[in-house]
Parts: sequence; structure tokens; C-alpha cells
Amino acid sequence: MAKSLDRLKESPSQTAGPYVHIGLTPNFCGIGGVYPSDLGATMVNDKTKGERIGLRIRVLDGPGTPLKDALIEIWQADADGLYNSPAELRGAADPNFFGWGRCPTDMDTGLCAFETIKPGRVPSRDGSLMAPHITLWIVARGINLGLHTRLYFSDEEKANAGDAILARIEHRVRVPTLIAERKGDIYVFDVHLQGEKETVFFDS
Amino acid sequence: MPAKSGSNRRPETGAFFQRDRPWHPPALTPNYKTSVLRSPQKAPLSFDNTLSEIAGPVFGHAMLGELDADLIHNFARPGESALGERIIVYGRVLDERGVGVPGALLEFWQANASGRYRHKKDGYLAPLDPNFGGCGRAISGDDGGYAFRTVKPGSYPWPNGPNDWRPSHIHFSVFGHGFAQRLITQMYFEGDPLIWQCPIVRGIPDKAAVETLIATLDMQSTIPFDARAYKFDIVLRGRRASLFENRLEGN
Repeated sequence: MAKSLDRLKESPSQTAGPYVHIGLTPNFCGIGGVYPSDLGATMVNDKTKGERIGLRIRVLDGPGTPLKDALIEIWQADADGLYNSPAELRGAADPNFFGWGRCPTDMDTGLCAFETIKPGRVPSRDGSLMAPHITLWIVARGINLGLHTRLYFSDEEKANAGDAILARIEHRVRVPTLIAERKGDIYVFDVHLQGEKETVFFDS
Repeated sequence: MPAKSGSNRRPETGAFFQRDRPWHPPALTPNYKTSVLRSPQKAPLSFDNTLSEIAGPVFGHAMLGELDADLIHNFARPGESALGERIIVYGRVLDERGVGVPGALLEFWQANASGRYRHKKDGYLAPLDPNFGGCGRAISGDDGGYAFRTVKPGSYPWPNGPNDWRPSHIHFSVFGHGFAQRLITQMYFEGDPLIWQCPIVRGIPDKAAVETLIATLDMQSTIPFDARAYKFDIVLRGRRASLFENRLEGN
């Protein structure tokens, strides 16, 4: 037998369950006084550079009912396409933009509202610029492994057409599942967990 | 909040190891009923990480409050403490290469000693503990180490089968250095017979994988006459060295 590589295995995922708010957004579910505010609740301040946008996201199950116990995290570049992260070696990102946000879906409507900025373009591995996009990570009761996908923008048709990741989607009819619809300053995005309009989820 | 790596190590920028998806529970685990209508049915789109997956937010130690890692006291009235078996949970955040992951944000949540969550959706008849909120957080140190104090959560019945009980568990949410390492899992307790009956646990196909989620009683790390200790290491995706890779534009 060949020598072992001595690698460990990633800890297996388990569902976030119905009480994910207790751990990740305690103030949202009425547990006050432990943390001053919920992490990721505010993404922009007065000095943040870039175009202010709102995201209105829902997560729909097989029959089309919005999940009211899901939690969404988003991760994005700043207005110049730079990530606020040590792995960003191309330059310093906007110090007034952390780039990460977290929002539980509303317990009555299932709606998730983020106020953020439109991200700039980030290069793909081959050096071509990807279209502006926001990474989404979705957890909930009944979801065994957090779901990774992206939100692209309907008013970036040209950039979307040249995007290296969108180009990899074999069934072109599914590309629109990743594109949020612009309505004024708001982008509306429905994530479908199943069915004809099932969102393209990522394994990356 | 400018990004800092939280250590003196040069930031790593390699892509993460491919996730071994069959090691994780599949999306559809019919005995855990809620998964049936919430599980994607189409194949995911696979691609090597771009910077969007390689980069990730950094949370500094400055955000932590004094009692964030002490669930016995962080919701309790002054001078009081949560009811239940006092325990310390400690361990290291590692990646698949066996390297410690410093600066990792860990968030935990759990039921109280009776098995009741402080949440309006939890209708279990066991009582709330006025001194127990059920949340805490910590950031791993230079070697990836973390620790917190809490009470051992109780088991509780849940609406799945007619008589399903969750084993005692603590939920963990973990950020590594890249957003692709993002992970939520649950920690179980050594010796709990409910572990092997639980439909959520049994969604994990491999027994060896389940065993990595079971914390070990460590009598050498107890605080005598105060708390017992359980050791729980968490492993995040490893990453490739970037030595022989084409550099991303602008590097």
C-alpha cells in the first residue's frame, strides 16, 4: 500500500435546523442583551462607495411556498471589484464596506431584504472579468448542506453574456435562475429549491 | 473594517480542495421529512474556485464581548447562572491538511438543560430557564484553538416521526478563511444512544463521518468541582498551495 497522505476529512455538515436564529441572529428572535446587534445586519454606511441597491430575496420550496425559517448570507466585492479579505492581493478594498451580510427570512412573508451596493467586476481564473455578482449561501431546516449560488443583475446583459461561470451552464434555459430582476433600485430574486425553475446551485 | 489575517502568516490564496460531497448527507434524506421538499434535485454546477469563493470575511477579536464564550452567564441575571450540567467545550479548527485555522469565527447555539430552545417556534413543554439564552461565539486562536462554557443541552422530541428524539447536541457555525469553507454542523456527546437513532444524523452515509461529530469526554481538561470537558475538533476544507497555479489577474 502507498504511504498515507495524512489528510483529514472535512466535518460533515448538519442542518442549521429551525432555531438557527438563536445562534446567528439572536436579536432578531428576541434574545437581547447578549450581543449589541446581529452580525451582518448592516452592510453600508455614509462613506461606502458605490451605487446603493436593495435585494429582495425569497427561497421557495418544491410546492412554491416561501421558507420562513431560512437564513441567507451574501458575500460580494466592493464597487471597484475588490474583496475585503486577506486573499485579495490586487489592492485594498473600500474600508467602509465589509462585503458580507446576513439576513433571516421574515417569519411571516419569507422575504429577505439586504441594503448594499452594486459590486464591481472580479476576474475569473482565466483572467477574464466575471459579470458583477453576489455570492449567496442559504441554510434552513431541511437543508442538509448549505446551498451556494450567485445572484447576477438583469441590467448587466452584456457582462452576463461574457461571464465565465454563467457560460458553464449547459442547459441555457436555466441561466435566468441566477439573474435578479431590477425594479427601480431594488433587485428581486427568487431562489427555487426544486421544480422546473430550480436555481442552479454550485459545487465549487 | 479593514481585513486583517489575524496572524503573521502570509495569506494563502490557493483554491480549496474539492468537497467530498458523498461524505456529507445528501440533500434528500427522506427519513428527515423536511428535506423532501427542500432538496435540490438537479446536479450542481461544478467549477474550480474563483476569487469569490477563495476570499472570505475576517472577523476580529475586537467584536467579542467578555461573556460571548460563556453561555452559563451571558444571558443570566447578575449573580445567577444557567441550570444544568456545567461543561467546557473545547477543540481546534483545522483544515483537511491538519493545519490549525486561526481567526475562525465560531457561533454556537443550543437548547437548555431540559431540551427547550428560547424560540417562539419551540413548543416543547419542558420549561425555559430564565438564565439561559442559548447562544455564544468565539474566534479561534493562533493554533486554531477555541473554548467555551455552557450547560449540557437536553434531548427533546421533535415533529418528524411519531416518536423521534434529538440526541443532545450543540449547533456550530464556522467561517474559515474563504467563503467556500463556510460550514454549519452539529456536535453530539460521547455515549448518547440517541445519536444512532436520529434521522438527521443518519442522513450522513458513513459511520466514520458521524463519529467525527461526537465530542469526547476529557477528564484531564475538567475544572474540578466546577465543570467537565468535551473535546471537539472541527475540520474545514483544505486548500491547495498556489505555487504552480496561474496567478489571478493583477497579482
